[in-house]
Amino acid sequence: MGGLNKMPIQDDKTIYTLASAAGRAGVAVVRLSGPSCAQACEALTGAPPPPPRQAVLKTLRDPHTKEHLDHALVLFFEAPHSFTGEDVLELHIHGSRAVLQALFESLAQNPSLRPAQAGEFARRAFENDKMDLTQAEGLADLIDAETAAQRRQALRQMEGDLGALYKNWAADLTQLLAMSEAALDFADEDIPQDLTKGHNKTISVLIEAITQHLCDNHRGERLRHGFVVALLGAPNVGKSSLLNALVKRNAAIVSPIPGTTRDIIEVSLDLGGYPVTLADTAGLRETADQIEHEGVRRALERATHADLKLVIMDASQSAKPDPTISALLDKDALLVVNKIDLVKNQSAFPQNALLIAAKTGEGLEHLTQTIINKIETAYAPTQNPTLTRARHRYALEKTLAYLKAAQTATQDELTAEELRLALRSLSQITGHVDVEDLLDIIFGSFCIGK
Amino acid sequence: MTNPYDIIVIGGGHAGAEAAAAAARMGAQTLLATHRIDTLGEMSCNPAIGGLGKGQMVREIDALDGLMGRVADAAGIQFRILNRSKGAAVRGPRCQADRALYRAAMKEALFAQENLTIMAMSVEDLTKDQNGLFTITNAQGQTYQARAVIVTVGTFLNGLMHTGEEKTIGGRVGEPPSIGLATALRRLGFELGRLKTGTPARLDGRTIDWDSLEKQEGDNPPEPFSTLTNSITNPQITCAITHTTAAMHELMRANFHRAPLYSGQIAGIGPRYCPSIEDKIVRFASRDSHQVFLEPEGLDDPTVYPNGISTSLPKDVQSAMIPMMKGLEKVKILRFGYAVEYDYCDPRGLRATLETKLVPNLYFAGQINATTGYEEAAAQGLMAGLNAALALSGRPPLVLGRDEALIGVMIDDLITKGTNEPYRMFTSRAEYRLSLRADNADQRLTPQGLILGCVGLPRRAAFEAKIKRLQEGRAMLQNLSATPQELRTAGFQINQDGARRTAAQLLAYTAISFDDLTGLWPQISALDPQTKAQLAIECTYAGYMQRQEADIRAYRRDENLILPLNLDYDSIGSLSNEIRQKLKQVRPETLGAAGRISGVTPAALIALLRYARRHPVSGAV
Repeated sequence: MGGLNKMPIQDDKTIYTLASAAGRAGVAVVRLSGPSCAQACEALTGAPPPPPRQAVLKTLRDPHTKEHLDHALVLFFEAPHSFTGEDVLELHIHGSRAVLQALFESLAQNPSLRPAQAGEFARRAFENDKMDLTQAEGLADLIDAETAAQRRQALRQMEGDLGALYKNWAADLTQLLAMSEAALDFADEDIPQDLTKGHNKTISVLIEAITQHLCDNHRGERLRHGFVVALLGAPNVGKSSLLNALVKRNAAIVSPIPGTTRDIIEVSLDLGGYPVTLADTAGLRETADQIEHEGVRRALERATHADLKLVIMDASQSAKPDPTISALLDKDALLVVNKIDLVKNQSAFPQNALLIAAKTGEGLEHLTQTIINKIETAYAPTQNPTLTRARHRYALEKTLAYLKAAQTATQDELTAEELRLALRSLSQITGHVDVEDLLDIIFGSFCIGK
Repeated sequence: MTNPYDIIVIGGGHAGAEAAAAAARMGAQTLLATHRIDTLGEMSCNPAIGGLGKGQMVREIDALDGLMGRVADAAGIQFRILNRSKGAAVRGPRCQADRALYRAAMKEALFAQENLTIMAMSVEDLTKDQNGLFTITNAQGQTYQARAVIVTVGTFLNGLMHTGEEKTIGGRVGEPPSIGLATALRRLGFELGRLKTGTPARLDGRTIDWDSLEKQEGDNPPEPFSTLTNSITNPQITCAITHTTAAMHELMRANFHRAPLYSGQIAGIGPRYCPSIEDKIVRFASRDSHQVFLEPEGLDDPTVYPNGISTSLPKDVQSAMIPMMKGLEKVKILRFGYAVEYDYCDPRGLRATLETKLVPNLYFAGQINATTGYEEAAAQGLMAGLNAALALSGRPPLVLGRDEALIGVMIDDLITKGTNEPYRMFTSRAEYRLSLRADNADQRLTPQGLILGCVGLPRRAAFEAKIKRLQEGRAMLQNLSATPQELRTAGFQINQDGARRTAAQLLAYTAISFDDLTGLWPQISALDPQTKAQLAIECTYAGYMQRQEADIRAYRRDENLILPLNLDYDSIGSLSNEIRQKLKQVRPETLGAAGRISGVTPAALIALLRYARRHPVSGAV
């Protein structure tokens, strides 16, 4: 802000990013730069980095859970003989999003590392005289594209529930800081003496909310499961056959998920490079049976949490979806008409319906592609959502740490300092807050000036 | 025609006085041209120096051997450290000054300054010839020449005062405006905008019922601004507090159609933090009372400054409304309040040295740069004076970073962001506030002043002695250490983690003071109180200083990348039109400054990297 520096946080930490193009690819390159490359390599591979410029095949494991992440080609470039002039570690891994996600998760756990800001690799290269300066402009274009995509993605996230949540936090924090600053900068003015009275409580509430958000039980699940597709429909429309057919065609990493109810069967698979969970639910129908009723309730609940609903009807039963089914058809739903091989007149069905025969495989290729398209629209096509998430997580963890420090700070100006840094971290996600914004709040709230 | 001066300073207010003194301290032959000798050091508005943010700046001015701190100490009649109950980083020294004593002390300091000539004149024209020599012409047609000029004209540039429907041209009551100079600046190519500020009526203290009012005392003993002042010798006075009333607000509301602020008579923008009483009543309609501080303007002067009711309402309204406040029932008004509109120049046209980008060797300081406040003006005057002198002798400039001084924060804000209202210093503007304290201003800046040569011998001696005491004290605190076991035995509640702690580390705990440590280490009591106080502050903030180091390194990296002023932004392909326009308007001098312009993206900065030249930082840590 003055006090809230607009410049991205730059420190001497080791940074990481996805260096290869985002999106589906056979191989993804994750690049690290900075003094902790060797340490990070040791943490992931259990061994120091290979000799400089030699590609070595290693098994990557999560340093904490020891979970197997992937086989990777590991390359090490020793400072100053690298792209950035710092130690650089390159991990060439399989291009699956599931693998990438798992790796970013592991990197995020390492306190010596943080996700790179836009342009930061280039910036470090420049600092160390490693960049041909005539390249700078081209690089700027690239970064602009990256930031534009990031902005689009951030915007999309910001429009959702998550965005509302982050924005509320930022608003609360801005208000807290404005009141703290008012008490410091305008202590000699005619303002209330108890401006920061409720602060510790508000800070506690924020800490609680962000902590909850960060260790949300569903998060890990979602990361493993990826995009959730729920199969819904009346009994015997062929949901299970469709599930089996899809699994058979895409049986890359099929694994049953433990802990699912007997009403819902979930299978995770790799659909075109994306981790996808298929959830087969109980048949939907009016019923007096207590147990079946509970099954229907759970099915509908699963449906509301799914990223995509496949609403399935039986071609041989009727040409129009019944009201229970129609009610499920929103923008996150696809209408699928199964057993199309059993009817002659295929034009009787709604235009947007996907016609398939799970048994014969007819229409399945088209359905798979439609699902992948849905996923790709949901994720930004040019920006890796995993990295954005890693950045958000890093920013939130920082915010949390500063809030905790604010709580225990012993003097008002130190509380304000921690709040300022907390807001600066959070504004990496929600957008810049300027000292003028604080002054606007202060001058709008109090009659200041003698 | 006499021999040309090195530097001519136009205007003898707070900016002009510091500018002239600083330039002369640097050895430049300097002429200070002011309307009147007897108004040198005049406090046009409230009779106070310092305050939150401002007091820190006065200490910074003092650290570079400027005048304001010493003059305020000689004139102060009530001293208070604001925020005393809070941490050192946000404490702001403030004093109320006797206006006559202040003028006298300022005049004395200026007339004692070597290399400085002071002349009373109204400067009506300013030109620059092809040899780069400036010529000023006064109202009598006499001309004076200089290699550099510093313009510090306060509210005088096309000054227009308003009291109700009454308009008077002038920069201050009874003094003419500078109209010729405004024309000259326009001719040189400067675009001028309009701002306004205001001042309250002045009251006769002999007609105030002081006994009926709540009192405000100063600190005892008073703490001086300047490290060269040993003690305050003036008698100290008491202020009083009264309040506006609902009936008074009612009366004012009924007359708002006659208020220049609302009748459209005033076009300039005023500062939000120094609102007129009519402004307060409109913006905070639900309040039926506002505080008013009654501040005596001098020991031998009955004039009282009613702080909080700046107004430009007509005289008959002022006459009716002021006696509606408690204690003022029978008050005699000595002078009516007024608003003043004046010209300013967008500060984004300045370099960090306060030299205009348009005309080399021409500097602006003070209200012409859209600031408000004596301290803000003085700080700019000081920097303009030093830099003008440095430039003439071909030496590198003195640019204070945002990490070094509030002065640096202010100037950087002005030149990169500009402002749409008169700019005032707040500590919240500084991202490194915890380092930019009143108590360490000398440690931050005096070494730089010593290198430059703007710091005189008395300060050098005092500073070096202080630093020696501090270094010895620091070493002592670092070398004394104890185990948790020993500390527990001595009565401290400390984690029994086996880690030895130094005295310095222990002092970082809020609960532990120097006195607590003398039992364990008697030698500590040998340190003098001032050194102890300073070391205690350092220990409190030590962890925070360490934490912000990486931040400051990144800041410094960007400040060391210099962008040429004549950079052809049109030739850089990958800039959006919006960003290109902003960069062309500001023409930032460093990559860091470019980044602080609103809307400039990281990508744009990468594109600018190509043009950035690395420069070693002068005198920075």
